[in-house]
Amino acid sequence: MDSVLQARTLSKSFGALRACDGVDLDLRTGEIHALIGPNGAGKSTLIKLLAGSLTPDTGSVHIDGTDVTREGVAARARRGIARTFQVSALAMEDTVLQNALLGAIGARRSAFRFLRPALRDEQARMTAEAALARVGLSDAARTPVAQLSHGQRRQLEVAVALAQSPRAFVMDEPMAGLGETGSAEMTALLDGLRHEAPILLVEHDMRAVFALADRISVLVAGAVIASGTPTEIRADEAVRRAYLGEEA
Amino acid sequence: MSREAFVNAAILLALLAVPLWALANDEPFTITLATRAAILALAGVGLNVALGLGGLVSLGHAVFFGIGGYAMGVLASHAQSYDPIMEAPFLIEGTKSMPIIWIAALVTSAIAALGIGALSLRTSGVYFIMITLAFGQMAYYFAIGWPAYGGEDGLSIYVRNGFPGLNTLDPIQFFAIAYTLLLLALLLVWRLSKSPFGLALNAARQSAARVETAGIRPYTLRLTAFVISGALTGLAGALFADLNRFVSPSMLSWQTSGEIMVFIILGGVGRLCAPVAGAGMFVLLEHWLGGTGEFWHIWLGAILLFVVLFARGGLIGALAGRGRTDG
Repeated sequence: MDSVLQARTLSKSFGALRACDGVDLDLRTGEIHALIGPNGAGKSTLIKLLAGSLTPDTGSVHIDGTDVTREGVAARARRGIARTFQVSALAMEDTVLQNALLGAIGARRSAFRFLRPALRDEQARMTAEAALARVGLSDAARTPVAQLSHGQRRQLEVAVALAQSPRAFVMDEPMAGLGETGSAEMTALLDGLRHEAPILLVEHDMRAVFALADRISVLVAGAVIASGTPTEIRADEAVRRAYLGEEA
Repeated sequence: MSREAFVNAAILLALLAVPLWALANDEPFTITLATRAAILALAGVGLNVALGLGGLVSLGHAVFFGIGGYAMGVLASHAQSYDPIMEAPFLIEGTKSMPIIWIAALVTSAIAALGIGALSLRTSGVYFIMITLAFGQMAYYFAIGWPAYGGEDGLSIYVRNGFPGLNTLDPIQFFAIAYTLLLLALLLVWRLSKSPFGLALNAARQSAARVETAGIRPYTLRLTAFVISGALTGLAGALFADLNRFVSPSMLSWQTSGEIMVFIILGGVGRLCAPVAGAGMFVLLEHWLGGTGEFWHIWLGAILLFVVLFARGGLIGALAGRGRTDG
């Protein structure tokens, strides 16, 4: 089975609210798997369960066949999960390059080296610079993140994840707040990334989702009500009723 | 050379020039003041690893300062009385050798920082401040209630400890020791701040989620920083006790923790040489205003208020302009 990231009967309740209800999910090599659903459907909870910042009540998470259900965020990241955040989580005072380096340092497990300058680690630096080139931020490498535009910060989020040389991307609304041009650029970027590592994509921008996804899972009230190719999802009656409406 | 590097060099040269001038003009007391500034600066350099790089507002660093002081006091007092510290299961004798005392101060304060940090770093924000303060008070009252080493009265050491090849009782030679250790600590912290560890620690201060998502546990980074920080402050404590030839529980008091933090705020949080600038200002103010009576701290408070309200970058911020490190 070529499933890189796998969830089995994942459930999580907050009091009476079942935020995640028996979810099965597979992220396979080379694909973009989009996760869509109305607000409050439990997409964020599912992402947290997969990334390790929440522990499920029942069910399991596997990375490359290894059970990681009890592992935390950092341990799962070291196994190759690279997450991007809906609201950019970056070191604002640091430069673009320093942020990208952080991804490379984490992946290379070299964070506990004390005396050699981080910028002198040629391999980490090459990884970081390649990631910046990939998202089109090479010219801004020396700029503090605080001076970047919103769109550039979204790109940097992806670059930091890319610098982790991940096994799988978990992206929480990478298009959030981007204009039409920004969305188109991000779509083109993600389109090429699926061959580096598969992407689990949570996104509200339906145009991007249907342009990118190899498969789509629809989450409603914590449960997956449908999963399939974009064509299948478009044709699905339950999805139409619950979410897509007439415009889809 | 950046403007901040220029300011740093000027501050360090000034700290060197003052005792040299005093030596030429035969004013040993001024040399002692400069030594005091250098040692307090070293304590601040230690705290700055936790506070400036790690964003950890510790109000308990007097613990490490005091442990360093007592490491010196205990070792030297046993050497003074020719009475071994312990005989079973193995013999530990006192010593009057500074290098050995420094190692003892570094190790004991690092161990204390590991224990205190491991517990305190499970909290953050105001809880972290309070729990470090609580550990500080525990250590303070323990020292007061521990009669073997002077209790509340403290412990006097009659002759300053020795360093191979130097006469440590000569003020300028003791200054040279303190100043050299300060420079070495600054060099270490500078290298640290540029290293992968420093980059990750600095990022964890700004966005812990980002660091964790990159596969690095912020807790482990912070605990490591806290231990390095405590050890450096402990080394300063040993020197401070040697400067005064006296150690007492007041080294462990929360006022001491506050003063070390004041150095950094006066100098400019997050700046490499902030503790040097701040400790220098503090010693000068103490010397000039101390003569105006018991309440000179009022003026220190007023200056601190001014810095916090109007000059957040501290002295170095005012001289070198805004901005942290430039990569």
